[in-house]
Amino acid sequence: MSRTNWEVVIGLETHSQLNTTSKIFSGSPTAFGAEPNVQASAVDLALPGVLPVMNRAAVERAIRFGLAVGGEVAQRSVFARKNYFYPDLPKGYQISQYELPVVQGGTLTIRVGDGDKAYEKVVRLTRAHLEEDAGKSLHEDFHGMSGIDLNRAGTPLLEIVSEPDMSSSAEAVAYARALHALVRWVDICDGNMQEGSFRCDANVSVRRPGEPLGTRREIKNLNSFRFMQQAIDFEIQWQIEQIEDGHKIQQATVLFDPDTGETRAMRSKEDAHDYRYFPDPDLPPLVIAADWIERVRSEMPELPVALAARLQADCGLSPYDAAGLTASREMAQYYLDALAVAGAAQATQLPKLLANWVMGELAARLNREERDIAHSPVTPAQLSGLVTRIADGTISNNIAKKVFEALWSGEGGGNANAADAVIEAQGLKQVTDVSAIEPIIDEVLAANPKSVEEYRAGKDKAFNALVGQVMKASKGKASPAQVNELLKKKLQA
Amino acid sequence: MSDRTMDTVKQLSVRLASGEVSAVELAQDYLAKIQAANPALNAFVELNEAQTLIEARAADALRAAGQAGPLTGVPIAHKDIFCQTGWHARCGSKMLENFAAPYDAGLIERARAAGLVTLGRTNMDEFAMGSTNESSHYGVVHNPWQLDAVPGGSSGGSAAAVAAGIAPAASGTDTGGSIRQPAAFCGITGIKPTYGIVSRWGMIAYASSLDQGGPMAHTAEDCALLLNAFAGFDTRDATSLERAPEDYTRALDAPLAGLRIGVPKEFFGEGMSDDVRAAVEAALATFRTLGATTVEVSLPRSGYAVPAYYVIAPAEASSNLNRFDGVRYGYRAPEYRDLNDMYAKTRAQGFGEEVKRRILIGTYVLSHGYYDAYYLQAQRVRRLIADDYRAAFRDCDLILGPTTPTVAYGIGDKADDPLSMYLGDIYTTSVNLAGLPGMSIPCGFGAGGLPAGLPIGLQIVGNYFDEARMLGAAHRFQQATDWHLRTPPGKPT
Repeated sequence: MSRTNWEVVIGLETHSQLNTTSKIFSGSPTAFGAEPNVQASAVDLALPGVLPVMNRAAVERAIRFGLAVGGEVAQRSVFARKNYFYPDLPKGYQISQYELPVVQGGTLTIRVGDGDKAYEKVVRLTRAHLEEDAGKSLHEDFHGMSGIDLNRAGTPLLEIVSEPDMSSSAEAVAYARALHALVRWVDICDGNMQEGSFRCDANVSVRRPGEPLGTRREIKNLNSFRFMQQAIDFEIQWQIEQIEDGHKIQQATVLFDPDTGETRAMRSKEDAHDYRYFPDPDLPPLVIAADWIERVRSEMPELPVALAARLQADCGLSPYDAAGLTASREMAQYYLDALAVAGAAQATQLPKLLANWVMGELAARLNREERDIAHSPVTPAQLSGLVTRIADGTISNNIAKKVFEALWSGEGGGNANAADAVIEAQGLKQVTDVSAIEPIIDEVLAANPKSVEEYRAGKDKAFNALVGQVMKASKGKASPAQVNELLKKKLQA
Repeated sequence: MSDRTMDTVKQLSVRLASGEVSAVELAQDYLAKIQAANPALNAFVELNEAQTLIEARAADALRAAGQAGPLTGVPIAHKDIFCQTGWHARCGSKMLENFAAPYDAGLIERARAAGLVTLGRTNMDEFAMGSTNESSHYGVVHNPWQLDAVPGGSSGGSAAAVAAGIAPAASGTDTGGSIRQPAAFCGITGIKPTYGIVSRWGMIAYASSLDQGGPMAHTAEDCALLLNAFAGFDTRDATSLERAPEDYTRALDAPLAGLRIGVPKEFFGEGMSDDVRAAVEAALATFRTLGATTVEVSLPRSGYAVPAYYVIAPAEASSNLNRFDGVRYGYRAPEYRDLNDMYAKTRAQGFGEEVKRRILIGTYVLSHGYYDAYYLQAQRVRRLIADDYRAAFRDCDLILGPTTPTVAYGIGDKADDPLSMYLGDIYTTSVNLAGLPGMSIPCGFGAGGLPAGLPIGLQIVGNYFDEARMLGAAHRFQQATDWHLRTPPGKPT
């Protein structure tokens, strides 16, 4: 494989469905999953003589996005018609923005990779523009005919276009994840990828270092991060092989087939439509006054980048932890709520410990059961109570896992003191009384003469085995540090 | 007034108010006249006596309840371009042969609210594309002054119905002259208001940035009364202008002393027939007698209005008419191979020649590689034309000239020469391009029809929102002349 000799260039276009209650140009509801065509009004059906009227709520969300990425919110932007025929496009044109989009520029900082290999990258955004979604064509179950559902027609979308700043599938996925988190963070999109609320198209090309940009192919409609990674990796490999085999890449639109893991061409450049864009004469230019932008700015939540910086500065978290906790607004909120409960009593190591628990045990458990952190059975207050007991030495980390499981299944009464209740009820409090531990150690030493001998012969491993035996005999309640100390004393005596 | 065929809206309003006649009697009276005259004229394409009488009875009930306004019970004919519950909206096209809208156009709602009673739906050029009414799928309309002459278009059915006295008034729409030119050809009064005054909601779009609805009647006073009913802000039309309501009759009796009339020298050049020139000059002399002064003004770019119009209007039309695709409503070809074939056959069979010609022109001028040279250039010309008017209005209050270069011509005369038909729009299209209000009033008779000749129209163009002043000047002229009271010879009965 000669991949090291190639540079990969990736740009993403993301359709983010805005979470307005009504459509972008009509008053119809946008709720997902209704019976076909019951959410399509005369405007959505494009009956003769009907006209579009801009939904302010959609514009407001575009402004929020512009501010969130530090882009320029255009004081004047223009809606244009993109003309093409398709049965799920009722007007025969899509109202979009072409030459003058509502948001220009901006950046998104992404974190790629884990641990020591993790790095940050700033991806530039080209633009974000407002447009309407099309309906859906349903090709199954109609006896050879196609069904048209126009419920989705006219749903507001923000199409977010990045510069071709990504150079691997990992970066592309990191960008998509960061963008996904951000649109949910600023509450403009529910981010539901299964329902198509957040869909990505990836423009992929390869070149040898120093050469001009290669011809790109566009992978359409990537609606999961995993598929995105697979599709881009396949596409990169395919393009490299084509070129190395002496072929030229033809500009094309391709689809990813999750079953085969391959991309295949949908249409080539020759089939590309001439969309005949022109300004929509039914809609005056969208004028956004400065005071509107300022009002939206004043209502913006603290952005993830700012919060991550604050967590590093105030709580001493590492960049990795801070980035992890701010990966979603819900997780950040959970953490902040838990931290607030710990309050002034918090020990210095508590924020870090809490971060470990939120991103570790809690996240893993939620993930395993496919639950949302906002609906976690263990509340922020309960987790805070639990972690406080680790911090103050009442229980060990291992015992805490046991308590966590109990809390997860609703033990402890469900209130903020649930952790204490579980510790009390199950007698899990760490034993730190020397007079209680010494007899256990003596018993263990007496029962394991071989290990004692080995230790004295210089085998450190034997020591660990003895510690394990003591912990086991104490049913985990002994403090490992204290056992270490006492055991060493006894063996050296 | 024994001859009721020439009753004005104003007169009917008085008779209804006095109780001399009921709305039902009046409606029946007009329906009888329509039954008698329409076979020769083909001005109406849909009559529905039951529907008309429902509205008339409601009007009488309102009057009985003491809730009548000045127009309650007055009959009106509506152009077949306005969506109206209880009636078809076929727009002169085979494409919409079976279409009936489930909603009222803004203008229709306002007409209903004013108590106007619908007599029927009037014939028009297909999708308002034409200057002769020959492009209607429902047959040509005959000019009441001379049955083998065209009535003008596209509001030809409305103009012929009023001229023949089978409707006291009618609604029309004007994209490049479609109210004023047929008003001129049929010897009636019609006004196209400032763009944005009358709602376009439910008015089937031809060229959205130019289309404007307005009244057609015998007198300026009638037009003022009807404009009071039709005008007003509509939140469903984003190009509708939010302004305080005004009374368009307020300046009807204002003296003309001090009125400065601008006469554009470019409107008296080549192509203008002698009879039109003489009649317009005589009308200008009458205005001077009434106290107005005339001053020569210049609209140097007006020669580019027709070419700019025939780029912009077809461009918008080509997109507006995309929705007529056979998928959701309207005509669908009975047989087709696949989706593209369905589109092609449906549109080939459902649209007439003139509509197809304009769709092709519009598609061409918006195409990649031609857009800048045609569409953008035409938009630049449009701004220059508006600038010309702005400059001219510094020296005058109103601009007067001919509505058309010639009187009505024979049916079929220009059927094979669309360019020559387009050139008949030289005085009217610039007004739409600038968004200004324009009207046409009868000012004489020319060569052609026997024995009196065919009517000649005087065009009055006002500054933005200056309809009241235009209507006032027209009214004073009509007080001093009787061109608007002449009835067609050999009145069809």
